[in-house]
Amino acid sequence: MEIFVDVVLLSMLVATAVALILVRGLMASIMLTSIYGLLSASFFVTMDAVDVAFTEAAVGAGVAPLLLLMTVALVGRREERTVSRHALVPLLLVTMTGALLIVGTLDMPPFGSADAPANQHVSPRYLQHTEAEIGIPNVVTAVLASYRAYDTLGEALVIFTAGVAVILILVPGDGRGTAQATLPDPISGDRQGIVHVVSKILIPFVLLFALYVQFHGDYGPGGGFQAGVIFASAFILYGLLCGLPAVVRVIPPTVVEVLAALGVLLYAVTGVLSLLGGKNFLDYSVLASDPVTGQHIGIIVIELGVGICVASVIIRIYYAFAAHLDRQRV
Amino acid sequence: MDILSYFNYWVVMALMMLGFYIVIARGNLVKKLIGLNIFQTSVFILYISAGNVYDGAAPILAEGVEAYSNPLPHVLILTAIVVGIATTSVGLALVMRIYESYGTVEESEILEQDEAC
Repeated sequence: MEIFVDVVLLSMLVATAVALILVRGLMASIMLTSIYGLLSASFFVTMDAVDVAFTEAAVGAGVAPLLLLMTVALVGRREERTVSRHALVPLLLVTMTGALLIVGTLDMPPFGSADAPANQHVSPRYLQHTEAEIGIPNVVTAVLASYRAYDTLGEALVIFTAGVAVILILVPGDGRGTAQATLPDPISGDRQGIVHVVSKILIPFVLLFALYVQFHGDYGPGGGFQAGVIFASAFILYGLLCGLPAVVRVIPPTVVEVLAALGVLLYAVTGVLSLLGGKNFLDYSVLASDPVTGQHIGIIVIELGVGICVASVIIRIYYAFAAHLDRQRV
Repeated sequence: MDILSYFNYWVVMALMMLGFYIVIARGNLVKKLIGLNIFQTSVFILYISAGNVYDGAAPILAEGVEAYSNPLPHVLILTAIVVGIATTSVGLALVMRIYESYGTVEESEILEQDEAC
């Protein structure tokens, strides 16, 4: 049964990707991208990758299409039908590369085999020792926040750097630290519309759910990355409904920027604390007298750092895009 | 040889090539980023498929469960998704600035303007 769902979902993914090639016009492309994101999230659920599915559902079906839509609002939905003299070259190149890659897959271990090289080495160790060493049931969180906390720190830094890059590219030099829209209020439609009323009721629950995902990540699917995206999407939803000025009043861009830096700092400082305690960088056992309790504290703190960083960076990126859009429209 | 045991990998390759085709054959910069997105997701699917264990459960420890799927690819990919959206937004920000300077996001028109200079 599972294999049947798997085949259907993957076929739908391929169909969506083919439709993306055939369709002209960016609006339709973005809608297909959103569908693609939702389909891949469902696929990850059937593959038992619940944490990944969580992230992909929020990012692939929600935030990514939204940012694409904001870009298209500026650049227009027109897509030129390019007639190139070398139209066959890309097709040939893609077919050849694809054929070579498929020949390569024949050497891979069959799908789902437990003794495949990818499932040997460290993974069984993580699964067997997590309970005794870390003391939390969600092995994904244990690996993310403790066993391989170095990688995660690196990834948090990449996200932070990307946020800084977006600010440098889009925010004009004299307007740093601000996202004040020049338009007084972009929403002129009726404020009692059904979307408006329903969404406003939803926002507090979205925020509450984000907090649950954040702090329940040790026990169930969830954690800082997912919670950060969900938290940010609540603010983005509010911004879409009431306009940029309204959401900027709730949490000003300067505060968001400081919070993004603080999130990464919180993570790194935890690492330095374990160094000061005489252990390795990001070895949490020094944080409490009992090593397992130390791990618990460490994981909660660094997940919080990740959550704050991710949420702030995505909110700041939204501010930068929205403010840029408003400036160009004036 | 069981076709189903390689189906996932073949779909990954197909998606990867479809995304690659959009990146090299379409002239619109936003469309190129969408193609890159498809390419990126195909890699996610490859990792997650490789970590799947037949009859395994999601890697959240529970009583009475013998086999779990491999948690390591999950960790790599869930962070990669969030890193992916952050880098995609850098790309979109660049597209917005290119539009401001050139008045278009079509590759051919941008090249024409560059040559005219």
